[in-house]
Amino acid sequence: MEMPTPNPDVLRRKAVVLQRLLQVLPEEAVIHEPSETRAYECDALTAYRCPPMLAVLPSTTQEVSDVLRICNEEAVPVVPRGSGTSLAGGALPTADCVILGVARMNEVLEVDYDNRFIRVQSGRTNLSVTGAVEEDDFFYAPDPSSQLACAIAGNIAMNSGGAHCLKYGVTTNNLLGVKMVLMDGSVVEIGGAHLDSGGLDLLGVICGSEGQLGVVTEATLRILRKPEGARPVLMGFDDNEVAGQCVSDIIKSGILPVAIEFMDTLCIKACENFAHAGYPDCNALLIVEVEGSEAEMDYQLSKIIEIAKRHNPVELRESQSAEESAKIWLGRKSAFGAMGQLNDYMCLDGTIPVSSLPEVLRRIGEMSEEYGLPVGNVFHAGDGNMHPLILFDANKPGDLEKCEAFGADILKLCVDVGGCLTGEHGVGIEKRDLMSHQYAPADLEAQMVIKDVFDPNWLLNPAKVFPLSASESRRIARIAAE
Amino acid sequence: MNPKTEAELAEMVAGLDEPVRITGGGTRGVAGPDMAIQTSGLTGISLYEPGALTLVAKAGTPIGEIEAALDAEGQQLAFEPMDHRGLLGTSGTPTIGGVVAGNISGPRRVQAGACRDFLLGVRYVDGMGQVVKNGGRVMKNVTGYDLVKLMAGSRGTLGVLTEVSLKVLPKPEVAATLSVQVSDVTTAVAALSAALKSPFEVSGAAYDPDMGSALLRLEGFAGSVSYRSDQLKSLLSGFGEVAELEHPGTLWADLRDAAGFHEQSGDVWRISVKPSEAPDIVARIPADRTLFDWGGGLIWALVPVGTDLRAQLGAFDGHANIVRAGQETLVELGRFQPEASGIAALTKGIRQKFDPRGLFNPGLLG
Repeated sequence: MEMPTPNPDVLRRKAVVLQRLLQVLPEEAVIHEPSETRAYECDALTAYRCPPMLAVLPSTTQEVSDVLRICNEEAVPVVPRGSGTSLAGGALPTADCVILGVARMNEVLEVDYDNRFIRVQSGRTNLSVTGAVEEDDFFYAPDPSSQLACAIAGNIAMNSGGAHCLKYGVTTNNLLGVKMVLMDGSVVEIGGAHLDSGGLDLLGVICGSEGQLGVVTEATLRILRKPEGARPVLMGFDDNEVAGQCVSDIIKSGILPVAIEFMDTLCIKACENFAHAGYPDCNALLIVEVEGSEAEMDYQLSKIIEIAKRHNPVELRESQSAEESAKIWLGRKSAFGAMGQLNDYMCLDGTIPVSSLPEVLRRIGEMSEEYGLPVGNVFHAGDGNMHPLILFDANKPGDLEKCEAFGADILKLCVDVGGCLTGEHGVGIEKRDLMSHQYAPADLEAQMVIKDVFDPNWLLNPAKVFPLSASESRRIARIAAE
Repeated sequence: MNPKTEAELAEMVAGLDEPVRITGGGTRGVAGPDMAIQTSGLTGISLYEPGALTLVAKAGTPIGEIEAALDAEGQQLAFEPMDHRGLLGTSGTPTIGGVVAGNISGPRRVQAGACRDFLLGVRYVDGMGQVVKNGGRVMKNVTGYDLVKLMAGSRGTLGVLTEVSLKVLPKPEVAATLSVQVSDVTTAVAALSAALKSPFEVSGAAYDPDMGSALLRLEGFAGSVSYRSDQLKSLLSGFGEVAELEHPGTLWADLRDAAGFHEQSGDVWRISVKPSEAPDIVARIPADRTLFDWGGGLIWALVPVGTDLRAQLGAFDGHANIVRAGQETLVELGRFQPEASGIAALTKGIRQKFDPRGLFNPGLLG
């Protein structure tokens, strides 16, 4: 993975930048010893590492503003960081950057049930947002698998999803407003407790901009009342194609489950060995979850089961207790951990039209043979968001490169059948150079001009999202201007 | 100008040497330069997969055509776009491009989300005459910046939409409407809030002061609707007498289209606020008639011609936009609430990049 050459001029001025940052931040909020900056050398895409020049941990919006203003004046790139759980390298530093971590800003600022929102500082973790309201039977809907650790700041940057998006949408559908600091240090407030923008929907373009437009310090999030109950049903099929058809038939029937999860043989076995969820031995497993009162769940599940029966399932099991439901979900939610016990893996998240599921799974199987690397599939089937997990051995020379080439081929396939490179993880560095496969130069230009408006010097997380060749002239213009 | 293809449109825009008004079917009262680019020639549903809940259509496709296609499969546009013809006294055929460009959503917005939440992808021609695409036709897509949301509600100021893809949803089997008799807006909003924060999935929450009723809509399977209806009746009994309307008829379509304001003289404004602030907000304005939707978060107000409602409102969190007024008022006050300077600068910067020659709907947004 290519990263731009660190700017020697910035590295030379490290002491000056450090001194200026120490004037606006408490000493313990500025990390500059190489032994300590190493803690920020990577995110959850651990194959790539690079310690930053400096790291700062501001506690207030004012401190964030001061840091950005100074870095803008000193022409130092800034890489914002939530909890560092990005699977796409969204928080990967460069050697000449300042990491700006928002982890210390984790307070709940306001909870308003009558107007159904919560306002939090952006370093708060996803799960602890729900934690702040769950005693009163409310929750925050987006639920990425990393929800115990991941921060709202990162959720907004990547427009994170989760297993229950089919009903509740992703982050952008649950974000009402932000307080954000621009690279020049100015603070803007966009949206709030009211609905819809009065002008251009800037909130919509900020969400998912991967920390390239500004640093969000506060977020107003929609909270929802918990449903009365939730219950999954487990279905096993002999054949991927049949399982895919069953998903389509359920959706066409007029029922909208909150989640439809899919696993293939390799994942089923790995998860079963890991979590002992009682998964059947079969080629394709579906977990379909519905919500509501007991009677509503009975009704929806009876319709779903009726549809499933038409597809000759080898297993069909409705959860009989909260304990059994938890077990069924534990298996699914530990899929990444379970696969990690088999070997190193690379997790992709291309999205495809649901109708292309059988074709794409078949092609992935064929490519797996060609590359000689096993792949397990676990994904959100209702919305076509795949998560192929390619197994490889990081200690074996050439295996990572082979795995990356295989991954790129899968993602190109997703685009070719009418889907996209990433459904919920973001582009980061991982898919940056594949962007040209999905977007024509004019399409990329239309996105990059947005960054020109928010961050004219291209200092915020500059080497991400866009192919390096496409963003080069802008990044170089910045360096040349110094 | 009424191009028949995207390529033809791109060529037209590239060759423009004066500003134009962008319109779809011309039903939403967009004023502006005499010269217009109409998208009504770009029509047709290009893809509809009921099993994937997705539909792709050319921007000029009539809403009626889309709704008929969805209806045949038991599906719908869940955001319930308003028909502006009655309120504005316009004629013509509303198009999907117009709905998207205005981010137009109806009562179900409070539960299901706005038009922008259902928009999966766009194609458009920018101010240089270049064809640009963003998003796609899948429900989860974080590949690059989300210009899809930006284009929704941009009212033709950033580009001329040529094609949109949308997430659609199953049509509910049945619907029921509960009416809570209330005598003031404070009680009404409190009743609507109580319903919206219950687990009983309300898909419409309005208050019509003329009816003296807070109105709640429940949709879904018959058994589920009747169960939730019973639960809500007891939950809300403390706010006023609760009854299920036996014949709601076109009630929700009328609320959606602000039918009570049709053919009433005066200017019509739409105010978006935090629901609990609605009572305080309406107390500040000299409205002849009001209507509340989205649990109180959307206030429709009919005011005397030429009233500067923003001056009366003073500072508040939200925005007040003009939906219907004379040309003079629109020019004097501006259709859209002026934005804070930091936001206005960003908006201006984006417009300048997308339409550097300032050709599209000049003066409309900011």
